[in-house]
Amino acid sequence: MTAAETLFEGPDAERAGPVLEVDDLRVSFPSEDGRVQAVRGLSYRVAPGEVLGIVGESGSGKSVSSLAVMGLLPDSARVTGSIRFRGRELLGLSDGELSKIRGRRVSMVFQDPLSALTPVYTVGDQIAEALLTHGRGRVSRQQADRRAVELLDLVGIPNAAARAKAFPHEFSGGMRQRAVIAIAIANDPDLIIADEPTTALDVTVQAQVLEVLKTAQEVTGAGIVIITHDLGVVAGFADRLLVMYAGRAVETGDVHEVYRRPRMPYTLGLLGSIPRLDAAQKQPLVPIEGQPPSLTDLPPGCPFAPRCPMVVDACLTEEPPLFQVDGSVDATGDGTGHRAACIRSAEIAEREPDAAEVFGAEVIGEPEIAAVPRAEREVVLDVADLVKTFTVTKGSVFKRKVGAVHAVDGISFDIRAGETLGLVGESGCGKTTTLMEILGLEELMGGSISVLGKRAAELDKAGRKAIRRDMQVVFQDPQASLDPRMPIGDVLAEPMQVHGYPAADIAKRVPELLDLVGLRREHVGRYPAEFSGGQRQRIGIARALALNPRLIVLDEPVSALDVSIQAGVINLLDRLKAELGLSYLFVAHDLSVVRHIADRVAVMYLGKIVEIGDVDAVFGAPRHPYTQALLSAIPIPDPVKERQRERIILEGDLPSPANPPTGCRFHTRCFLYASLPEERRRICVETEPALEGSGDHSDACHFARSRAVVEPMADDHR
Amino acid sequence: MIGFLLRRLANYVVLCLAATFLAFALASATFDPIAILQQRNPPPPAAVLDAKRADLHLDQPVPQRFLTWVGGVAHGDFGRTVTDRSVVEELPRRVGVSLRLFLIGVVLGVGFGVLLGVISAIRQYRLSDYLATLFSFVILSTPVFVLGTLLKQPAQGFNDLIGTNYLQTLGEQTPGFQGSWFASLGDRLRYLIVPTATIALGQIAYYSRYQRSAMLDVLGSDFLRTAQAKGLTRRRALFKHGLRTALIPMATLFAFGFGLLITGGTFTERIFGWYGMGDWLITGVVSQDANIVATVTLFIAVLVLVSGWLSDVLYAVLDPRVRV
Repeated sequence: MTAAETLFEGPDAERAGPVLEVDDLRVSFPSEDGRVQAVRGLSYRVAPGEVLGIVGESGSGKSVSSLAVMGLLPDSARVTGSIRFRGRELLGLSDGELSKIRGRRVSMVFQDPLSALTPVYTVGDQIAEALLTHGRGRVSRQQADRRAVELLDLVGIPNAAARAKAFPHEFSGGMRQRAVIAIAIANDPDLIIADEPTTALDVTVQAQVLEVLKTAQEVTGAGIVIITHDLGVVAGFADRLLVMYAGRAVETGDVHEVYRRPRMPYTLGLLGSIPRLDAAQKQPLVPIEGQPPSLTDLPPGCPFAPRCPMVVDACLTEEPPLFQVDGSVDATGDGTGHRAACIRSAEIAEREPDAAEVFGAEVIGEPEIAAVPRAEREVVLDVADLVKTFTVTKGSVFKRKVGAVHAVDGISFDIRAGETLGLVGESGCGKTTTLMEILGLEELMGGSISVLGKRAAELDKAGRKAIRRDMQVVFQDPQASLDPRMPIGDVLAEPMQVHGYPAADIAKRVPELLDLVGLRREHVGRYPAEFSGGQRQRIGIARALALNPRLIVLDEPVSALDVSIQAGVINLLDRLKAELGLSYLFVAHDLSVVRHIADRVAVMYLGKIVEIGDVDAVFGAPRHPYTQALLSAIPIPDPVKERQRERIILEGDLPSPANPPTGCRFHTRCFLYASLPEERRRICVETEPALEGSGDHSDACHFARSRAVVEPMADDHR
Repeated sequence: MIGFLLRRLANYVVLCLAATFLAFALASATFDPIAILQQRNPPPPAAVLDAKRADLHLDQPVPQRFLTWVGGVAHGDFGRTVTDRSVVEELPRRVGVSLRLFLIGVVLGVGFGVLLGVISAIRQYRLSDYLATLFSFVILSTPVFVLGTLLKQPAQGFNDLIGTNYLQTLGEQTPGFQGSWFASLGDRLRYLIVPTATIALGQIAYYSRYQRSAMLDVLGSDFLRTAQAKGLTRRRALFKHGLRTALIPMATLFAFGFGLLITGGTFTERIFGWYGMGDWLITGVVSQDANIVATVTLFIAVLVLVSGWLSDVLYAVLDPRVRV
């Protein structure tokens, strides 16, 4: 037995102290511009069975600090401070010593399940490996294999014995994440670190995986550190919260306490910057101006000061430590009370200001045209019975058709002037295909697309080009959608050059466009790499506006951005719509954002629209079980509400679109169908429901009934 | 999967025929074996020349000659050389000589190449990585006949050092060597080392570059981190999860690497006086013999296609994602 084993197997392993104590942790990396101080003096502790949520934006040091605990940072990282696990110092241990603790006492769940498993070994083998590595000599191969199947069953993989023999590529993303969780709990660890465990997953799968994590915690009794940028996930799951900014903790405390009484302006802004699914009326979003500081050469003072609306001179001289917030009791004396790193936190406590008040969120009006009844407004985009099928072929020389994927199977909707339609659904539901067909303006396999009353299929080349002027697009990834070798002035001028604008007009228009999206005119000669993600997305929007379009198609325009940046871009889109009378087709998977920005919403499932209508009607009283499940899966950033919600958890993954279920395509996962008596089920299996409804709210369900799954937010919130 | 590989093999028969026909047609159209006879002094009588021409089927059109030759090959007859000797009699010996060189070279090349690449990747931007990079680029940019000639120098130096001519650089074995099977093996080894090193060095340089970049891709991967988080030491994770995955692209490279090897082999055989297939090809060209050229081409085609087939098999063995 080695030193590590004797220490941890001994009786003091059961003592009541914290599982993990991190003190004054500092991590830095070398870079071309000097050392990056990724973590700057982080301290926290996790009690047995406790869930600590660490939230922060990208670059805040949340992932780096957790990798430091695991000892998995690259060799170039310099780590100082103290990380004690069950009282034993982990910093400075050799790889061999650490490997006895990793996976056995402390385990980890990573962000991207698609790449977290080795592609060449079966899932069962990879789980068994965790057992065999730590139980050498004590656990036989057969025992490990048997236990691996039990673990897969525990994390909710159906038919576990057979699935254990499958390779990772045969698993969906959600199933792979379950397998990773199975590996993490295999040795009954004392601490599980989950680094953005649900970020890469669809909302319905996210809800499933969070349930699995909760089960895992109940089974193992482990402490959990969950790292996320999603304040909704933490609200429902964590006991305590730690907010990180620029490599430090800026606020920490009980989850309820921090959500109800944030004492650091950053936390306040963060909570105000997320669109709420439960907002009955549109509330202004709080944009946090600027961007996180560079961690190579931090100026003295509070790192948030440059973006803080409450900044005073004293903020710029010294970086504030974590103060005990007035009125909060540090019962155990070990720093677990509510603390915030702001010298003005007492003032915030006194006034209890609203985030919108502190950050001066703009209230954006409705476009003038909104006063005109919808039926009388011009139809900007009309999609009727759109069909898109991809054929599956086999063979390389003699291709033969072996099947067809009905990516979009007869969908219809229209968008009127000054209106935003949100198109939502899980990945694989056909929303991107719909968008590509609309942008392509090509010959369709079925149905028709008309832009401003002109049928795309009947147009010649010149006619299509003219239409493109009225219909522009903003893409998801601001990094990839701008040519890195083109100054942004050229990026903005290009669409106008293509459409033959005179040079003088272009020269006049480019600075106007920069003004319009809130960028500086002087930056016209800069290259995309010199801008942050949020600014690049603004450039993308400016490019789309260059030709004065009537309709902008937005493909997940904010999903690649951090929350505080996202709010600014959403506000910009809102303002542009009001000022220019634009129409948007907004494709997104984030239903909270859609609720905030859209007037109408269409919910897609396996190539069909299952529910469509006014956004308040659909979100307030959803009628299709899929919409209900989707809405109930989205976490709400309010711990009290989030914990009281009754959640509808959908079973399994999206069926393959190559072989969709008969009748109602949703019946295989439908909870309503499952609750029906046998004789009433038949219609769901045999007959495909039509999209029917009254007023501006239609659904495609044989047994539709409204069910409020999101309780509207009280007006006096915060 | 098995069906797929069998279909592949069937395709290869067609490809072999095509490659051989092209080589045969090109050789037949340009070669003039009679010219050598005509240059004799005194010139042979016209009747002798005509008889020779008929003997070599030179009076028939090229496609027909090819069909005749292929028909013979099907029955194990590869035709006769210009000097009227049976091609098939000499074939096995020459194939044996070449395969000995190629196979040992390829095994050493792949083995050490992968190893060097892995070390290079793990120790990226350290001295050993730079040295490996330097070595690879020097070797890759040196033509094989220069490398072969250069290697004779250190071999001679080694012999001077130990005082006997242990390392031989001409021929495949001591002429007229008599002894047990084991002693004969030892004798052949003395002749084998330097030519094999010439081949293997090129292969090591080639594979190590690709293995290094494949390994670097894997080093930053999430699954390697998962393996470590599971409790594997870094070294174990690197080999069990990292190297195993990084070997997959090597399977594809294997097919291409073989082509490089064969061109290298032709020169190497010539430089070290090995009477293998490469040497035979040159002999065939010099004596203007289409049958020899076609036979060697067929051999090379078979070798290249078998290596391509092997690389498909290897790929399927290494990567479960392509198994169907």
